[in-house]
Amino acid sequence: MRIELRDIRKYFGPVKANDGINLVLEGGRIYGLLGENGAGKSTLMKILSGYQPPDTGEILFDDQIQHFSSPADALGKGIGMLYQDPLDVPAFSVNDNYLLGRDQRIVLDYKNASHELQEMTARFGFELDLQSRIENLSLGERQQLELARLLVGGAQVLILDEPTTGISAEQKEVLFGSMRKLAREEGKTLILVSHKLDEVQELCDEALVLQRGKLVGQTDIPCPNEKLVKMMFGQVPERSARPDFDLGEVVLELIDLRVPTYRLTIKDINLTIRQGEIFGFAGLEGSGQRLVLQACAGLLQPDHGKILLDGQDVSSWPYHRMQNAGVGYVADGRLEEGLVAGLTIEEHVELAKPKHSFFINRKVLFAITETKIEQFQIVGRPDSTADELSGGNQQRLLFALLRDNQKSILLENPTRGLDVRSSNWIWDQLNHRREGGTAILFMSSDLDEIFERSDRIAVFSGGNMSRVLETVNTSVEEIGHLIGGQA
Amino acid sequence: MNTSRWFRWVWPAVPIAGALVVTSLLLFLFGAAPFEAFQAMYQGAFGDQSKTLSVLAFWVPLLLSSTGLLITFKAGLWNIGIEGQIVMGAVAASWVALNLEAPSAVLIPIEIVAAMLGGALWAALSAVLKTRGNIHEIFSGLALNSIAIILTNYLISGPWQPPEGGTFRGTAPFQPSALLPLFANSRFSPLSLILAVIAFILVVIALRGTFWGLKLKAIGVNLRSAFLLGVSSEREMILAMMFCGALAGLGGAVRTLSWFDSLRQSISGGIGFMALMVVMLANYRMFLVPPIALFFSAVLSGSITLQLRTQLHSSLGGILTELMVLFVLLFGDWAKLGIFRKKDDDG
Repeated sequence: MRIELRDIRKYFGPVKANDGINLVLEGGRIYGLLGENGAGKSTLMKILSGYQPPDTGEILFDDQIQHFSSPADALGKGIGMLYQDPLDVPAFSVNDNYLLGRDQRIVLDYKNASHELQEMTARFGFELDLQSRIENLSLGERQQLELARLLVGGAQVLILDEPTTGISAEQKEVLFGSMRKLAREEGKTLILVSHKLDEVQELCDEALVLQRGKLVGQTDIPCPNEKLVKMMFGQVPERSARPDFDLGEVVLELIDLRVPTYRLTIKDINLTIRQGEIFGFAGLEGSGQRLVLQACAGLLQPDHGKILLDGQDVSSWPYHRMQNAGVGYVADGRLEEGLVAGLTIEEHVELAKPKHSFFINRKVLFAITETKIEQFQIVGRPDSTADELSGGNQQRLLFALLRDNQKSILLENPTRGLDVRSSNWIWDQLNHRREGGTAILFMSSDLDEIFERSDRIAVFSGGNMSRVLETVNTSVEEIGHLIGGQA
Repeated sequence: MNTSRWFRWVWPAVPIAGALVVTSLLLFLFGAAPFEAFQAMYQGAFGDQSKTLSVLAFWVPLLLSSTGLLITFKAGLWNIGIEGQIVMGAVAASWVALNLEAPSAVLIPIEIVAAMLGGALWAALSAVLKTRGNIHEIFSGLALNSIAIILTNYLISGPWQPPEGGTFRGTAPFQPSALLPLFANSRFSPLSLILAVIAFILVVIALRGTFWGLKLKAIGVNLRSAFLLGVSSEREMILAMMFCGALAGLGGAVRTLSWFDSLRQSISGGIGFMALMVVMLANYRMFLVPPIALFFSAVLSGSITLQLRTQLHSSLGGILTELMVLFVLLFGDWAKLGIFRKKDDDG
């Protein structure tokens, strides 16, 4: 099927998310859609998948004008979108979920559904236990299920939004294999939305680059990475180098730490982290790295072992005491754990101050907030609410709220969903902090980030922590093996 | 944008109008003339000075309770237990009135402090059950409401029964120096109105201009984020509940020391639940709370006259106000209707 987008425009108030995009997509090809945060990728894909209509412009399939009333309508007409977070019902079994999206009858046809699913999974090499419940599946498995559902639903065009975030290396290979198969053997059109240039290089036939709502570049792959980056940013941003740094005294020490939780128990964690050190936790989501960070922040109580901060036993200190002792924590979900939707930047600044007076001095607060906005390059006004900010600006605000002179900062996926420029900015901030002697612990699902930024690395797999690796003495292969649970 | 702002302020009138229409239909069904009925209600509320004073006397405890609820609603708490907090305020004030003897100038302040403490501690129970016991404040509130009412019944039929014997009606009238000074020949105490106005102003200041108000706002929207930002959510929640309980308790004291002259079986008379409706109807706009509370008082007083004049049951007033709340819940936040959404985006 040949898809044509003609002069697609979508404005949100003064923001031109899509500003006259013209595009032709042919069958049997894999396209990579690239662009900075806020370039208009998501908006364009939501329009194409029927999630929202364009303000103006037309979508044509094989020269026929199409209108979608809903994503289901779009799927019926052949367009399927795989979201970053699969749209499934956690308490259901795989089979039920599959049927929920398809079967309109009163009595469900389980036999046929299992058959269809098995056929599908065999064809693409998916490994799905049809009886297990969604909540027990990994993100990658849920993705495979969703993909099967879209394909059986008749998708001729598949849009995949950052599909490799949070899935294992094997699952990524399976996913890419099936994408190739779908394009080459079945003539389907695939669109990969991604931040990761390597993936686009590996998989795609053609790259489409958006910038500020406009299509600014279109090139066949392979092509040099520099060319793509130049199209995305206008200029090649300098990868901020990791400055060499002499480590200071021991700040944080974990001794035989054990933290039990409902899902997973981590045990025998022994770590020593020094002033100015950047320590990266690698591993698949949910392998235990977050639990270690939360234990260090005072959010989880260990039932065995010790946490020493500057030599003092702080194992039983609650979060607020740790916060006052100089341990900062930046969680993953920005609007869920960190910022309060509906509260302004100003109000956040006031809440996060270490000392308060009874009455709020609006004038002083306004001045402080303006300084912070400038210093942390937040695109927003003091009275902008947190939910009005883009993801990158929310992350900047979280950094603006961190107190000065921290002994340690703990971060979950500090640059998830951010473009190269914002990521670099975040790491410049962190490198600046380390120079002041702050120890930085972070977890990331992005291996490149772990490699590029950490002094030392520990890998988590199923609640176990690997030996500690010096970044200079290890390789991606070694880490890959450790992530997969091979010592 | 101007249209939508105007709309936002006028919106509360829509459920009122809707409720009036449905009530009119009900009146038609019972063969009564709606206009006459509403006129009778108005006459009953503001027909002469004593009626107006009666509306005011009912308004004060309702305003106090609604003002307290502004705090708990801001913190995202459903303080259903406010009814029990009013009762416990009344019980505490009654204890002082029955057991201490002093001139008014001494006794009344003690009664007021005791009532506020009684309400606050009863609310604190609900709050601690939530933060420590993980019991939702709606359930603990309902349970504590029942316990407070049972306790009142026990007191008036047991230890505090009048000398002539327990009747389940109430205690004997308190000593005159224990009662609030009343205006003319009514049940309205100007002192109580002054206290209510002060309470309302304090709450507005607390919610608008203090760090505490900001913390409550953050807790009310996102407990987890507020906690991570450094707000001690447990402490603030308990404080918010106690603040509300104290105002509700004060309301209870006003009921027992001016509306009545003794501790009665139904000392609150559902004022707490009515206050919940007032605040829901006001929908976070603080300055709408006093007029809405006054309107509710007027409807309730008016429906008594309605019964006398038209033989329609006085519960019609209750039906009218409750229909309004239903309409508010139905139409909810006007923004959710999406009428002006497009314009809002542009502005």
